[in-house]
Amino acid sequence: MLEIRDITKSYEGKLLLEGISFTVREGETVCLLGESGSGKSTLLRIIAGLEEAESGSLWWDGEEISSVPTHKRGFGLMFQDYALFPHRSVQGNVAFGLRMQGLPVAEVQARTRSALEMVRMVGFESRAVTELSGGEQQRVALARALAPDPRLLMLDEPLGALDHALRKQLIGELRRILHESRKPAIYVTHDREEAFGLADTLMLLHEGKIVQTGSTAELFGQPANAWAAGFLGLGSLISGVVLDAAPLRVGTALGNFIVSACAREWQPGQEVQLLLRPQDAQVLHKPPEGANQFTAQVLDCLFMGETYQSELRVGEYTLNIYTDSPIPVGTDVTVAFSPEKLSCLEAK
Amino acid sequence: MKTNRGTNLWKALLWLLPAAFLLVFFYQPLTAILRLAFSMLPTGTGAEQGFQLSLVANTFGFTLWQAALSTLLTLVVGLPAAYLFSHFEFAGRKFLRLVALLPFILPTVVTAVCFNSLLGPRGWLNLGLMALFNLSEPPMRMLDSLPAILLAHVFYNSSVIIRIVGGAWSRLDRKLTQAAQMLGANAWRVFWEVTLPLLLPAIGGASLLVFLFDFTSFGVVLMLGGPRFATLEVEIYTQALYLFNLPLAGLLSVVQLAFTLLVAWLYNRISLPRYGKAALSAERANLRRPKTRAEKAFTLTVVLVLVTLMLLPLLSLVSRSVVSLEADRGARGEVQTGFTLRYYRELFRNTSGSIFYVPPAAAVRNSLMYAGAAMLIANLLGMLAAYALHYSGRLRRWLEPLFILPLGASAVTLGLGFVIVFRRAPWNALSFPMLIPFAHALVALPLVVRTLLPTLRGIPDSLRQAAGTLGAGWARVFREVDLPVMLRSLLVSMVFAFTVSLGEFGASSFLSTGQNPTIPVAIYRYISQPGALNYGQALAMSTILLLVCAAGSLIIEKARLPGEELF
Repeated sequence: MLEIRDITKSYEGKLLLEGISFTVREGETVCLLGESGSGKSTLLRIIAGLEEAESGSLWWDGEEISSVPTHKRGFGLMFQDYALFPHRSVQGNVAFGLRMQGLPVAEVQARTRSALEMVRMVGFESRAVTELSGGEQQRVALARALAPDPRLLMLDEPLGALDHALRKQLIGELRRILHESRKPAIYVTHDREEAFGLADTLMLLHEGKIVQTGSTAELFGQPANAWAAGFLGLGSLISGVVLDAAPLRVGTALGNFIVSACAREWQPGQEVQLLLRPQDAQVLHKPPEGANQFTAQVLDCLFMGETYQSELRVGEYTLNIYTDSPIPVGTDVTVAFSPEKLSCLEAK
Repeated sequence: MKTNRGTNLWKALLWLLPAAFLLVFFYQPLTAILRLAFSMLPTGTGAEQGFQLSLVANTFGFTLWQAALSTLLTLVVGLPAAYLFSHFEFAGRKFLRLVALLPFILPTVVTAVCFNSLLGPRGWLNLGLMALFNLSEPPMRMLDSLPAILLAHVFYNSSVIIRIVGGAWSRLDRKLTQAAQMLGANAWRVFWEVTLPLLLPAIGGASLLVFLFDFTSFGVVLMLGGPRFATLEVEIYTQALYLFNLPLAGLLSVVQLAFTLLVAWLYNRISLPRYGKAALSAERANLRRPKTRAEKAFTLTVVLVLVTLMLLPLLSLVSRSVVSLEADRGARGEVQTGFTLRYYRELFRNTSGSIFYVPPAAAVRNSLMYAGAAMLIANLLGMLAAYALHYSGRLRRWLEPLFILPLGASAVTLGLGFVIVFRRAPWNALSFPMLIPFAHALVALPLVVRTLLPTLRGIPDSLRQAAGTLGAGWARVFREVDLPVMLRSLLVSMVFAFTVSLGEFGASSFLSTGQNPTIPVAIYRYISQPGALNYGQALAMSTILLLVCAAGSLIIEKARLPGEELF
């Protein structure tokens, strides 16, 4: 449906987006995940037609739409701080897009009502939007974006202004609404939890480039590089050098590690990063022997409800591990990672 | 309990001085005017009274009509300019913005002289045409007409629209218009459905303010309107000083005051921020250079209009004051034309030898003294009043209206009231020249309070409390906390009061007698007299005032806290 080809945009002489290309299929929710300043909001505004790209093109069902003005693109955008019209009521806000289409009054009313039903805001029609709570405003903004039945829905950090508890609840509702409307959607956020909760496809944006695209499971299982693993918070990263290519053996400050699960080929001497996931650590009560084992000092141990989270110190590194039983703080323990659980990643 | 009563007393004392000042110098004259006005109603024969009432009605009608027309024309010029300044970056933008502010700060007398030097019988345009076509009479009679009044009003009020509406426009959250675009609105509908409704409070407020200034217009109408046109202000002046009909002048003042208060009340209702902060973005939107051909043409047109309307009269005044182009009174034969500083030199020389003659230098000295005194009085009282308004709780509800009412009184009304009340020695204007700075201080007081109060409110009480816990007494707290924070605002309000006093014409025209004219009064006298030298000296004094005001507006513009608007 929507195809983005090679979009480039710079801001004050600095490259903000560099050759971005991707597609959004029917009914698919694509989550653009990246740090603030990674250019994700700009990308959304380019798709909306609110900003112009320096190069690249936008296509819809095989038809180029790069020069179609914003108000004729038929896309819906939910703004970061909602941008509700303060001089109009809830009804007036939601009906706005329908009125722009020149629909008869009866239809405008009926569709306004069904949009408000979808976000569970029936009964608020005549309220002033300035009197609504953050969560209520968020729903009205969503209803307003959905009411004109846009062919693509874009959401720019729609939950960013809300507190944590409300955010969790609204992620669930957004998922339901996006699913019910069966609209292709692009969802921009810097929050992993939101992205994992909503995305059919996750796209990681870093320094103006797409670092990785895939399902949540794919990104978890095989992050594209060390930055992706760090940003997704998958575990501790340890710098190392490839010693042998096959079987892969990596030398680090914590000792040597053998890695059996390998997505690509490595050359001896290459600098890499090892990803140690906290849930894969095994604690041994004996001195380390051979590869994949090292001694660490226990700095702290917290009960997290189901597991214990411990903070360990090894040389210059601090790493977190999860264990089923507590380990005494202040003692030295041996930690082991089995070769098939380790990921070797390009250093970045 | 004891300390509580102590602080209450202290707070009451804050009120005392400004309140006493207002009672003596505002409410006493006002009461006198009211008494006089109502004393007039039952007296007089039916026919005479009918004539006087119809004069009041006609003058009121004309005042209303010219104010409405002026406001409309000001909007026609101001709104496109507001859009330009809030959206586009172009060469000379800052300079033009400052130039547009200058006419607003300029004394009305100087405004009148500016247009005289451009369009008057001895102005550039007429002299140019005479030289070009070898005419013996000025071909164009552009002064003493309604268009001249309207032109001057547009000249000095456009910047009110530019500042207020432009400020609101640049802060209007661009996401709102973008949201409308996303929902399918084309540019036209975005404007009608989103931009215009959100700007309406600003446009309405600015228009009412402009209307108020036009309604109370005095100097410009007196000097550019000629004998055929009189607003309420001019009629009050004429009735009181030339026809000695004080009761009728009083009645005109009452009509004027009542209507002004009505408009001021409307202004306060309209300019309330209706949608809270929802329509405003935290920062001003970025300016961009005009891109399309239409945008470039628009920019060029507005810039040309502004330059013609605002810069040209200013330049005309300055240049005309240093050029000799016509014969002196009584001089015959060849006319010396060319660059000259003679008009400036003559300001300081008593050439006429008449005992009624007051050298212009005396007017300059008078004005500077009065302005200095008015500045000190207005700022001392203004600061006390600002503290009083800031601190007192229950008292405030009763006393605040007391401070607001003077805003509605025109300077001419003040002058009239002073003339009625203070007429016995040692309290008359002749022997007690301090009446003039008192009147000027009254005119400047609302401006001073409006400048100082927001800054005062911005100082968190915890700062003072912290200083207190660190061992500072109240005087030390004031010196170490309040004063440094308020310094910029104080500077702005001092410059305000000083320039207001320098240029004040309405009250001064009543109070400054033959021997102690202020600069504006002297300018008015000189320009009303024949002869190139008198004309030249009026231009020279006007230019000096213009330069002082330009310096003042520069200081105000620089010292103003960022984001704080003038109105």
